Amino acid sequence: MTVDIEEALARMTDGLRALAARRPLLIGVLTGGAWVAERLHSRLALSEPLGNLDISFYRDDFSRVGMNPQVKPSHLPIGIDGRHVVLIDDVLHTGRTVRAALNELFDYGRPASIALAVLIERDGRELPIQPDIVGVRMRLAAHEHVKLTGPDPLGIKIMEKTD
Amino acid sequence: MIGDIQVDAQGRRRHFLSTEGMSADTILGILDTAESFISVGEREIKKVPLLRGKTIVNLFFEASTRTRTTFEIAGKRLSADIININTSVSATQKGESLLDTVRNLEAMHTDLFVVRHPLSGAADLIARSVPDHVHVVNAGDGRHAHPTQGLLDMFTIRRYKNDFARLKVAIVGDILHSRVARSQIHALTALGTQEVRVIGPRSLLPAAIERLGVRAFTDLDEGLHGADVIIMLRLQTERMNSALIPGAREYFDLYGLTPRRLRQARPDAIVMHPGPMNRGIEIDSSVADGPQSVILPQVTNGIAVRMAILARLAGATASEPKTP
Repeated sequence: MTVDIEEALARMTDGLRALAARRPLLIGVLTGGAWVAERLHSRLALSEPLGNLDISFYRDDFSRVGMNPQVKPSHLPIGIDGRHVVLIDDVLHTGRTVRAALNELFDYGRPASIALAVLIERDGRELPIQPDIVGVRMRLAAHEHVKLTGPDPLGIKIMEKTD
Repeated sequence: MIGDIQVDAQGRRRHFLSTEGMSADTILGILDTAESFISVGEREIKKVPLLRGKTIVNLFFEASTRTRTTFEIAGKRLSADIININTSVSATQKGESLLDTVRNLEAMHTDLFVVRHPLSGAADLIARSVPDHVHVVNAGDGRHAHPTQGLLDMFTIRRYKNDFARLKVAIVGDILHSRVARSQIHALTALGTQEVRVIGPRSLLPAAIERLGVRAFTDLDEGLHGADVIIMLRLQTERMNSALIPGAREYFDLYGLTPRRLRQARPDAIVMHPGPMNRGIEIDSSVADGPQSVILPQVTNGIAVRMAILARLAGATASEPKTP
């Protein structure tokens, strides 16, 4: 299937506009989620700074796969205590990345709320985690893997899973 | 490298014993991971769950405050359980051998040993005796190596100076007894440092030190000239069996880093010291506490670098055999 990324981003922008009164902090999950967050941030012309999270230190498969050598520093420019946070990722699949991101966020403070916005929502959830804002929905076979390429231009790649 | 016990058959790092033979990629990879741990140390909650459920034993057969404490903080910030064992209270005082001590601790399901020992090769000996799922970090063995100090110094240099290929680094003092100097020299060379200099009295410079790829100087002013980084070493009085220097006063006159001496280096040169410092012997207080000193940032960086090394070793290990 072909995906119109601009259309998906427009749909997400509309969804986020409904939250604008809460002055939400946009936080993207590195690396794909941060690309999406950046696009949404400029489309919405938000004055609040953009944050990003690298969830490598919170992954649940650390003892199986080890330390991610490409880990980047997380960067949250302002405190999240009492703020409304929108967590942004490129693909929602098993839900494990979002679980890790939620745990990391709470080590920075206690937000008033967290909403989840994803560019692509696919099937295959392994945890009770659902998105609030979705760019596009995809149904893929279990052996298929969808990946956002970027940062410029953004593209979508569907691959056969290797492991 | 043939027989490198630090890496397993799958190329995963099992032990961290020496910077000798370590590639620039390996070193830079650890420094990059440490950058991410710096940001963890700046948060409200300075802890990540990576090593939850792992047991780390700090096995110290030699006095240490900074190294042991920063390893302890590093392990705790990774959520590991850390046990400190110091010689003064250990079984070796009762005649138990080093490897028997280690085997007993292994039987308590230790995942990682951080070892400091006055004999060169002690950490290596332990690494060769432990089963596949157990890791060993050398926190200083005799005069041989102190690789985590070496890497935290590389991390500190990179934070202030960036490109090693354009740097002149001067290591000053008791090179002969210094495992820190050896670990620094191997790491600096691997990273392609433009020039590594060692400066000290002839009696404290190892014979044929030039073979490590360094320039040796016995005159401090000459050696410091144009340096970007100055690393002062502690005068290790406890390791000297015979009088290798005439006295502390003379040593300070000839090799102590004073503001006047410091002016020989580049004006933006940084001053480092692995600690503990002998003020008034190898370094003047006004330099140690001055604007060019990065001695305290070295300590802070040590936590992040040690977190990176512990995390690198303790993830994705061979599984522990189940007790029958």
